[in-house]
Amino acid sequence: MTRNSIVFDNVSYNFGKKEIFKNLSFEVPAGQTVGIMGPSGTGKTTLLRLMGGQIQPDNGTILVEGKDINKIKRAELFELRKCLGMLFQSGALFSDLTVFENVAFPLKEHTRLNGEMIRYLVLIKLNSVGLRGAAHLFPRELSGGMQRRVALARAMALDPKLIMYDEPFTGLDPIALGVISNLIKDVGSVYECTNVIVSHDIEETARISNLLYVLSEGEIIGQGSPQDLKKDDSPRLKQFLNGLPDGPVPFHYPAPEYLDSLIGVKNTKRTIIKRDD
Amino acid sequence: MLIHALRRIGRFGFEMLSSMGRALRLLSSALIRRPDHRNIPLIIGQIYQLGVLSILIIVCSGFAIGAVLALQGYTQLVRVGSESALGLGVALVLVMEIGPVVSALLFAGRAGSAVTAEIGLMKATEQLASMEMIGVDPISRIIAPRFWGGFIVLPLLALMFSVVGIWAGSLVAVDWLGVYSGSFWSVMEQGVDFFDHVMKGIIKSIVFGFVVIWISLYQGYDSLPTSEGLSKATTNTVVFSSVWILVLDFFLTLMMFEL
Repeated sequence: MTRNSIVFDNVSYNFGKKEIFKNLSFEVPAGQTVGIMGPSGTGKTTLLRLMGGQIQPDNGTILVEGKDINKIKRAELFELRKCLGMLFQSGALFSDLTVFENVAFPLKEHTRLNGEMIRYLVLIKLNSVGLRGAAHLFPRELSGGMQRRVALARAMALDPKLIMYDEPFTGLDPIALGVISNLIKDVGSVYECTNVIVSHDIEETARISNLLYVLSEGEIIGQGSPQDLKKDDSPRLKQFLNGLPDGPVPFHYPAPEYLDSLIGVKNTKRTIIKRDD
Repeated sequence: MLIHALRRIGRFGFEMLSSMGRALRLLSSALIRRPDHRNIPLIIGQIYQLGVLSILIIVCSGFAIGAVLALQGYTQLVRVGSESALGLGVALVLVMEIGPVVSALLFAGRAGSAVTAEIGLMKATEQLASMEMIGVDPISRIIAPRFWGGFIVLPLLALMFSVVGIWAGSLVAVDWLGVYSGSFWSVMEQGVDFFDHVMKGIIKSIVFGFVVIWISLYQGYDSLPTSEGLSKATTNTVVFSSVWILVLDFFLTLMMFEL
């Protein structure tokens, strides 16, 4: 029987009055690389934050490595997070620490390794993302793409069981893109680590994922292997995968009629542009 | 119109209560936790950041205020021939009132606003969130050391302020205006009691330290992760801290004089 790293069971989540997810259910099998794709604003980052226990759902259960992440105590949650890694969209490196210190941070906090051993491990991780030579630099001295590579090295520092990646391919040049996507794939296969990748990059995500979920308007509109999804005839899925502007998946954020906004129809709460008369 | 106004008042009251609840929760999570020896270097680091780096502004201000007090006091006391009591007057005003209050106001402006901006920026750039995901509690690692650092240094800064102020007062009174040195110091020595006067000033600065660092930490931790949110949070730290210092000073003085 397949063990699941993550289980979402009828999870609903609202941000203010906006419904982000309604009765969302899916599983992430252990040791697999799972891609979660979907249009902007569909709640992919929110999904990762729910998985990490940073926010709580309004309803439903989220199991991470067999534990209900919203019912365990705060101390247990922090204990569980020691075997999770997360790459933030912004990198979220500690700005007062050097690249070396950033990658060494989880090792110093959670292991009893001596300084020399930590140095070896940090240099190995930095070498894998091509930034061993930048160990002495501060995050402010790196480009956005380089910061994300350092953040990736930090997320992998403790060789976690589960790594969540928020847009790992954004801002990378083609060479770095190839290296990083192969690195994510290798980490999954060599260390039997579960990878959850949230990305817009259909081609790259499909290339390294065993299983894909496509989200739109708070629900899963397609799931399966990359080959299965290509064969799927669902109009919403086809529109997203082929990048078509017109179709059942809305490109526009909910708004009143375009013409109404332009001419300034009165008594419309959502009127954005009012006429000057 | 009336309903609209009532609704706004109600919403304001609710937001204020909710904000106080969040502030209390932050404080209790920072204070109620198992002592961790790894926090000691962090607290020492914060004592340096919040205390040692504030010494210059405290010394300069203490010197200026002590000198002004001596000048002002002399012009009044010399009329009734009581300039020998100048040392006592300067010392009592500094130790019991001006020292704790002004050093707390300066601390809020220099160190408090810096703490708020630092934590607010860490929140806006997801550094606190990434620390949580690494399995390190930011309350323990970031909030608690800053709390203890701020709480420890303010009474010391207030004492330093008073000492420098008294020294400046002696320079003005004795070395410049010609007040007899023996009477300046001996009247001060006879009139100033450690428990009756100095201790009251220390208690005040302990309370101010607690309140100022709590406000600073909460404003940073609860700030909106935007440039406007950060700007509002740092302003709130200085404004709220200053108002609370002055209000608490009144009540503490009232309690200490047992009126």
